[in-house]
Amino acid sequence: MADERFDAVVVGAGPAGSAAAYTMAKAGLKVALIERGEFPGAKNIFGGVIYRRQLEDLIPEFWKEAPLERTVVQQSMWVLGEESAVMLGHHNQRYKDPPNCWTGLRVKFDQWFAGKAEQAGAVPIYETVVTQILRDGERVVGVKTDRDDGELYADIVILADGVNSLLGKQLGIHHEWGPDEVSLAVKEVIALPRQTIQDRFNLEGDEGCTIEIVGQTCQMAGLGFLYTNQDTISLGVGVMVSDLKKARVKPYAVLDGLKQHPMIRKLIRGGEVKEYSGHLIPEGGFNSMPKLAGDGWMVVGDAAQMVNAVHREGTNLAVTSGRLAGETAIEAHKVGHFGVGALDAYTRKIRESIIHKDLKKYRGVHQLLGFGDSSLLFDKMPQALNDAIYNMLLVDGMPKKEKQKKVMRYFREAAGGNAELVRLGMKGWRAMNG
Amino acid sequence: MLHLVVCIKQVPDSREIRIDPKTNTLVRLGVPAIINYYDLHGLEEALRLKDEFGARVTVVSMGPPSAEKALRQCVSMGADEAVLVSDRAFAGADTLATSYVVALTIQKVEERWGTVDIVFCGKQTLDGDTGQVGPGVACRLDIDQLTYVEKLESLDLETREVTVHRHLEDGVERVKARLPVLITALAELNRPRRASLPGILRAARYQPIVWTTNDFPTIDRAKIGLRGSPTIVSKTWVPEPKQVQTEWLPSEDSAAAATALLDHLYSTDLPQKLGWA
Ligand SMILES: Cc1cc2nc3c(=O)[nH]c(=O)nc-3n(C[C@H](O)[C@H](O)[C@H](O)COP(=O)(O)OP(=O)(O)OC[C@H]3O[C@@H](n4cnc5c(N)ncnc54)[C@H](O)[C@@H]3O)c2cc1C
Repeated sequence: MADERFDAVVVGAGPAGSAAAYTMAKAGLKVALIERGEFPGAKNIFGGVIYRRQLEDLIPEFWKEAPLERTVVQQSMWVLGEESAVMLGHHNQRYKDPPNCWTGLRVKFDQWFAGKAEQAGAVPIYETVVTQILRDGERVVGVKTDRDDGELYADIVILADGVNSLLGKQLGIHHEWGPDEVSLAVKEVIALPRQTIQDRFNLEGDEGCTIEIVGQTCQMAGLGFLYTNQDTISLGVGVMVSDLKKARVKPYAVLDGLKQHPMIRKLIRGGEVKEYSGHLIPEGGFNSMPKLAGDGWMVVGDAAQMVNAVHREGTNLAVTSGRLAGETAIEAHKVGHFGVGALDAYTRKIRESIIHKDLKKYRGVHQLLGFGDSSLLFDKMPQALNDAIYNMLLVDGMPKKEKQKKVMRYFREAAGGNAELVRLGMKGWRAMNG
Repeated sequence: MLHLVVCIKQVPDSREIRIDPKTNTLVRLGVPAIINYYDLHGLEEALRLKDEFGARVTVVSMGPPSAEKALRQCVSMGADEAVLVSDRAFAGADTLATSYVVALTIQKVEERWGTVDIVFCGKQTLDGDTGQVGPGVACRLDIDQLTYVEKLESLDLETREVTVHRHLEDGVERVKARLPVLITALAELNRPRRASLPGILRAARYQPIVWTTNDFPTIDRAKIGLRGSPTIVSKTWVPEPKQVQTEWLPSEDSAAAATALLDHLYSTDLPQKLGWA
């Protein structure tokens, strides 16, 4: 056992953990930040897009020093058909000043962010796995690590150990995620010369773009993504685990399929795959959020299922929840109470924050994904949209009125009749609007 | 109390090393730095002696300020003190200049914390691969050197004798020597330990002692850095893979294949060359 006692121990140096550690260390609390990776970010992946707003609350003008890839000036959504795409996007130079979001790589970003916590005084304990929560009765009093003499005691333990939170399970606030509560994402980082990326994506200097992809995910519920970095492209796809199980398809097969698509293969041509990785994404959202605080503990970020799957926002919710937990710890430290009563202030703060509001708005999405079979939303409808647009733009001598009818038929047939189409539309509307 | 000094060097992680095809030099940019693999075995052996007999373990390294991280890692494993010798004037040193500075450092360590009984070095570094610094240091300190040590059999504090096994090309040599000695470590010597949690906490707060040229008033500036390094790299190249002739000996089963292979080998002059005939 280490003789030293800490005010707070944070488990996991992802964005949630580093935000919590930074907040508390800056206020003078004695903080230990434990991370199992060789260094923070070593094994972490995300798409990924990093947003300005929430992190700025913590570190003003962080973008001037943080290792970010490109400033996103263009975001699009591509709905893929078999050999086609319907593209919707927005490009705006105003996204540069003030910047709205950036592309990034976790290996660099997490290391930087944890470094900020270290500079503020948090004690880094890396290459160390927390194996157990230490309790005294109901109260959490510390953690046990996989190192010799590995117990560490603290007034507060903050769980920031990500989607697969083993410690949350130990605490009894998590069950094993059901296959319909998580998706499995695989991602490749593909190297291309900086200039080639700029030419192919119509970018200048440090400008970047993002493309979200629907369709062509082997009839399963899933989303693809393609983001531009300085001299690499992040290309990946996340698919609901329940669908992967049902279809017995390997996620990399889905990614390989996307890489062959005529719209995508030209963008990555000549690139060298530098990195391949996989990770779970919490999809349960609002409905899967566990109890957030108790006697001597709080849970933040992915470990609390705080991901907005619709807007692919996770890091910012992680940062905000980490900051709020940190602030709660600072207040608790002032009065010297670390029980449920004190730490439940964190639950209240989350409830009043954008995290709760956004996740609540989309709470129906998860059910929507389970609506009938996924092939309808993620394959038949995208294909119908492509076929419809194809016919709209095809000059073939068919009268326009007839054409409109034909176009509607694609959707009706995909949905399985008029009534089904209306029902789907209503479900979708409700899911997206709380 | 025994006083053990361990010399370490921070090197680029060889698992991630690439060679620049244009200049034929190592690409060091962005490659993570680690402690030279063999040096860790030297440290571990010193720590084992500390566990058994009680000892003071001082780690020294010559390198850039970033090597502090490597020194902290040594402290987390159990070293008592760590000294970084760092100065722009030391940059560009070859093995001659390096061993001069390391020897001076060890002398200064002795002035500060008492006479040194054993100096541990790695067999060689992963980036330089020469194996010359250890012997160079021993020469300058005028102490015995035990290179390529794969086992430290015993240490007798009464007689001040250490017995080791040296791994040589044609066998193992069992040697007894009187302290003080310098030992260069092989990987077979031991398995380096994982730091304990209290060790990690101590290292996180530990500030390595930094010495610059100013801390060595008698240093001969002609013997350090680039100026003190007579080694000239005249040419470097990546060897072309050798083209050899391959013959296929088709056969039915493995027994027939073996027979065919032996017959074929004995039809050449290879057995004679190898002394099998
Ligand atoms: C493919 C993919 C794409 C995504 N795209 C985006 C995007 O574009 N934008 C966005 O904002 N979000 C995105 N997300 C979501 C985002 O990555 C997460 O929401 C965010 O990383 C959550 O942060 P966290 O700190 O809670 O958890 P994590 O980032 O998962 O960090 C948890 C940390 O805890 C460590 N840890 C776990 N267990 C232990 C233990 N027992 N002991 C010690 N350490 C431990 C882990 O090593 C890890 O470093 C994406 C996610 C994925 C998988």
